[in-house]
Amino acid sequence: MSDQKQPDKTRRTLVVATSVVGGAATVGAAVPFVASMLPSERAKAAGAPVEIDISKLAPGELGIFEWRGKPVWVMKRTKQMLEDIKKDDSLVADPNSDVPHQPDYARNEYRSIKPELMVLVGVCTHLGCSPQKKSAEDKGEMGEAWNGGFYCPCHGSKFDYAGRVYKGVPAPTNLVVPPYEFLSDSTLIIGKDTKGA
Amino acid sequence: MASRLMALWQWVDARMPSLAQEYRKHLTEYYAPKNFNFWYYFGSLAMLVLVIQIVSGIFLTMNYKPDAALAFGSVEFIMRDVPGGWIIRYVHSTGASMFFLVVYLHMFRALLYGSYRQPRELLWIFGVLIYLCLMGEAFFGYLLPWGQMSFWGAQVIVNLFDSIPFIGPDVALWLRGDYVVSDATLNRFFAFHVIAIPLALLGLVVVHLLALHDVGSNNPDGIEIKKKKDASGKPLDGIPFHPYYTVKDIVGVVVFLAVFCLVMFFVPNMGGYFLEANNFIPADALKTPAHIAPLWYFTPYYSMLRSVPPLFLSQFPGVLVMGMAVLILFFLPWLDRSPVKSIRYRGGLYKTALGIFVIVFLILGYLGTVPTNIWGQFGPWLGEADRGTVVARICTTLYFLFFILMPWYTRIDKTKPVPERVTM
Repeated sequence: MSDQKQPDKTRRTLVVATSVVGGAATVGAAVPFVASMLPSERAKAAGAPVEIDISKLAPGELGIFEWRGKPVWVMKRTKQMLEDIKKDDSLVADPNSDVPHQPDYARNEYRSIKPELMVLVGVCTHLGCSPQKKSAEDKGEMGEAWNGGFYCPCHGSKFDYAGRVYKGVPAPTNLVVPPYEFLSDSTLIIGKDTKGA
Repeated sequence: MASRLMALWQWVDARMPSLAQEYRKHLTEYYAPKNFNFWYYFGSLAMLVLVIQIVSGIFLTMNYKPDAALAFGSVEFIMRDVPGGWIIRYVHSTGASMFFLVVYLHMFRALLYGSYRQPRELLWIFGVLIYLCLMGEAFFGYLLPWGQMSFWGAQVIVNLFDSIPFIGPDVALWLRGDYVVSDATLNRFFAFHVIAIPLALLGLVVVHLLALHDVGSNNPDGIEIKKKKDASGKPLDGIPFHPYYTVKDIVGVVVFLAVFCLVMFFVPNMGGYFLEANNFIPADALKTPAHIAPLWYFTPYYSMLRSVPPLFLSQFPGVLVMGMAVLILFFLPWLDRSPVKSIRYRGGLYKTALGIFVIVFLILGYLGTVPTNIWGQFGPWLGEADRGTVVARICTTLYFLFFILMPWYTRIDKTKPVPERVTM
């Protein structure tokens, strides 16, 4: 045994070196465990575009379709709804869609390719709930300034019929417009576009 | 027979003397203040509920299937077809709410009598960690029935991480194991709920108790009984935990179990507060229920979350406020600068502050269970803001002021002289 008061320098160095190597090995061993929690190859593969038929959709009726496990809303907006969207310009936080939550071809007044046809990812930009349609008749519940749109039941965020977020609600940004294109007048494909987003 | 048992005990004792030593150290020779009152039931009751949850949980896992396609059905199978299954499930679901009820009362006791003060800071920190684990445990467990509330609750909470700047989306993806809450998420939440968090919880309970038995229990007078000892070194105002407090706690256990059974047999849903109606609908990724709220024990924080408006196109501030509301509890021992510990000897300022804090916590809790537009909107002078949201904002501010102003109001507060020995 070496001097009790003065630790042997060589031994101390060896202890430190062993601890460092052991620590590095522990970190290395943790990698596969942490990595195992990432999305599996199967989950990554399940993201194909979907084709949807809109011929049976009545004007003002909200069609909900599944794309990548999320709800996609498609609605033929009525003339009244389009006019209401214009009225909302002063109430919404980002009236000109400056935040790139839509492909360039949908960056316009109605955030859509055809003005009357709304296509949105129905997932609130706050914490991911799916908002509900509240029409202009729901003023009693939604307040006098309400012109119809979507209300998120989770945390009270409000959006208009173009998916633009109201000022002063928890959601920070407009609803996302997915990439899409028309295959014919009555068929859409969601998740794919030839023009590029 | 008695001598045989005695011989067996001596055989064990010769080979493992620590058994008797620990028994004495933690039970028969652990001296607790003799003036414990009603508020001192909840620590032992929390341990009782932990045992109830572990036992009922073990039996639930025997029939539950952690698979998105089978989970909802397997819970219904437990309820309808497994002999006694319904009672085991209701024990577990009632136990979850009771756990929080007991823990909230236990924490409130600490606020009343300054149980977090020096030398019990570490004890308090372990306690807050237990509370955090409990929140995790409740959250992960709530996804398992795979009902609508399970699904959308998990969706919201995982997305909380999504809002953390820069790393958020990757963290959320890693937690979920998929781009949406799915089978992968359910399966891993099951692993967290039945093994990872319970292990951490048990470990924390052990260190919580060890820390408690090192520094000794506080009491309603907030004075240290270890300062006055008799000739043999026992605190003059202390009595052995066993048999005195074990017997007292049994009375509490009987009353508690009576209440527990009343809830479990007659109102297991507690009008939607313990089990939500929407959770009897299978999870649907395309449709959020019309009104969504977490269970009652999370609603105060949930209210804070949704009352904070976004900043710089990010909802992170709300998430931050909610997180801070819990984490600020860790700092409590250093925020309180009062010369006395117990509310009995504090002045009007602390009593008022604590009163406001409790009321605000209850209002936030209530608002979290209802839609934000429950009380209608203010007029155009306040931008048509929801009344509920504005009240929640005021309450959130008051909640934080209780902590932030604490160093100031506890120092200037007028205190009463503290007695030398405990009072009964």
